[in-house]
Amino acid sequence: MTVTDATTALPTPPLVSGVGEDGSHLEELRTDPIGLMERVRAECGDVGSFLLADRPVALLSGAEANEAYFRAPEEELDQAEAYPFMKPVFGEGVVFDASAERRREMMHNQALRDKFMRGHAEKIAAEIDRMVERFGDRGEFEMLDWFAELTIYTSTTCLIGPKFREDLTAEFAELFHDLEKGTDALAFVDPYLDIPSFHRRDAARAELVELIDAILQKRLAQPAPEGDDRDLVDVLLSLRNEDGSLMFSADYVTGMFISMMFAGHHTTSTTLSWTLVELLRNPEAMAAVVEELDELYSDGRSASYQALREMPRTEAAIKEALRLHPPLILLLRVAKVPFEVCGHVVPEGWLVGATPAVSNRIDSVFPDADRYDPTRYLDDRHEDLDNPWNWIPFGAGRHRCVGAQFAMMQLKVILSVLLKDWTFELGQPADSYVNDHSKMVVQMNRPTTVKYHRRTAAEGAR
Amino acid sequence: MGLRIELDEVLCQGHGVCEGEAPDVFSLSKKGELTILQPNPDESLRPQVEAAVKYCPTHALLIFADDSVAGPDKEK
Repeated sequence: MTVTDATTALPTPPLVSGVGEDGSHLEELRTDPIGLMERVRAECGDVGSFLLADRPVALLSGAEANEAYFRAPEEELDQAEAYPFMKPVFGEGVVFDASAERRREMMHNQALRDKFMRGHAEKIAAEIDRMVERFGDRGEFEMLDWFAELTIYTSTTCLIGPKFREDLTAEFAELFHDLEKGTDALAFVDPYLDIPSFHRRDAARAELVELIDAILQKRLAQPAPEGDDRDLVDVLLSLRNEDGSLMFSADYVTGMFISMMFAGHHTTSTTLSWTLVELLRNPEAMAAVVEELDELYSDGRSASYQALREMPRTEAAIKEALRLHPPLILLLRVAKVPFEVCGHVVPEGWLVGATPAVSNRIDSVFPDADRYDPTRYLDDRHEDLDNPWNWIPFGAGRHRCVGAQFAMMQLKVILSVLLKDWTFELGQPADSYVNDHSKMVVQMNRPTTVKYHRRTAAEGAR
Repeated sequence: MGLRIELDEVLCQGHGVCEGEAPDVFSLSKKGELTILQPNPDESLRPQVEAAVKYCPTHALLIFADDSVAGPDKEK
C-alpha cells in the first residue's frame, strides 16, 4: 500500500483555535460562521480545519486549494452525504438522497438551456409587472419578502410552467421560507432534532405536499393536454407504471419541485436585496447603472435576452454584490478517500469545505477586498474571470451552479425593469441591512425596509 | 493560421450557449453531451467561435492558434 503510505506522510489540516464547551465549533458556526472561517484562514492558511460536532471539517480557501476541490471527481469528494440538512427538505429519494448519476440527470434541467433564456426573460418581466401593480406611485415595502415572493413566481413559471404558477399564492412563498429557515447546522448532529425550526420545516413540507397534491388532482380531473400546452406537471402525470398507476407520488413530485426551486430561490432573492442595498449605499454606482439602463431602454424595446447580454454595468453591480455577499458561504463534500491538497492530507470520512465568503474577499487577490466596487469588472478589468478559483459565488468546476446563467439573466431582468421605472431609497439605517447567519441558508435579517417612488421626468424618466 | 478548439470536460455543463453561437461547430445532445463538430474550424467561423468561447457560462472552451507545436496561445 505504498500510495497510502505516501499519503499518510503528509500532515492533516491544522485545527483552528476556539473549540467550544461542547468540544467543537458548532455553536460558533451557528452564530458567526464567517468569523470562524476567516480565523481558519488567518491561523492555518489555505488548508485548516474546525470541528462540526464530532465531525472534523477541512476548510479550504485560495486558488490552489479551491481548484483541487472543485475539480475533484465524485469518487473523491462526494456531495451526497455532505448536506444532511437538505434531506428533510427535499424528501426521500430526491437529489442528495439519490445516486450521483441520477443527481446529474436531475440537475440537467432542460429549462436551463440557453435557447430558453429569452422566453424566460419575457416571463420574468411579466411577473414583475404583476407585482408592481400593487405599488401605487410611492410607498415603502419589505424588500426581502417582496423579492422572495416574486422569485417563487418567476422560478415556477420558468422551470415548471406558467399553468402551475397560476395555481400559486403568497402562501407558497411563506411555506418555502419555513423550509429555508429549517437549515440549522444542528442538522449535522441530527436532522430530526426536537427543535422548533425543524418542526416548522416538516410542517411546511407536509403543507406543500398537500397543495401540490391538490394541483395534481385538479389536473388529473381534466383531459390531458397535448403538445405545447403541456407543462412539467402534465409530463410527470403522463408517466405511468405498467399497471397504469402514476409513476411519481405527490410526495415525490413535491420533492422534485422543491429541489428545482430551492437552489434558485433564497439565493436570488438575497442577491436582489444585496444588489439594491449596495447600489443605494453607493450612489455613484447606482447612477452608472441607471444611466446604462436609460440608454439601453431608450429604443422602447423589451427586456429581451439579446439586450441582456450587453448590460455590463448592471451585471458588474450584481457580480460585486455576489462577491461580497455570496448566498452560500460554505460548500461541503465528504472525502471518500484520503484527499491530498496543498501539502496536507484530509483523511477519509472528513467533511471538506470551500468558502465563497472567505475566498471572495482575499485581499491579495481583490484589491481593497471589502469595498463594493463594480468597476472591478468594467472596461479592461475582469477580476472574476482572472480569478476563477477565488471568485466563487457560484462555486466552480464540476459542480458549479448549473443555474448561474439563468440566475444572472433573472437578476438583470428584475433589477433593470425596476430601476428604469422606479427610484428607491433605504428605509432604515444603511448599516442595519445585515445577513442572518444562524442557518445554513443565509438570508438578510428582516426588516429590510426600502422606500420607492415612480421616477419623475426630472429624474430622467421618459 | 487555423484555429483549434479544446473542451475542458470537467467544466462543461451542457448549457448549449456555444451551439447557439456557432451551430456548425458545436452540437449538444439531448442528454447534454457536447460534440465539437469541427475541432479545427475555418477562419471564417472565427467570430462565431470566439463568441461561443466568450459566452460559455462555465468557461469550458479554449481556442488556440493551430501551430500546435509551439506552446498554446490562449485567447481571451
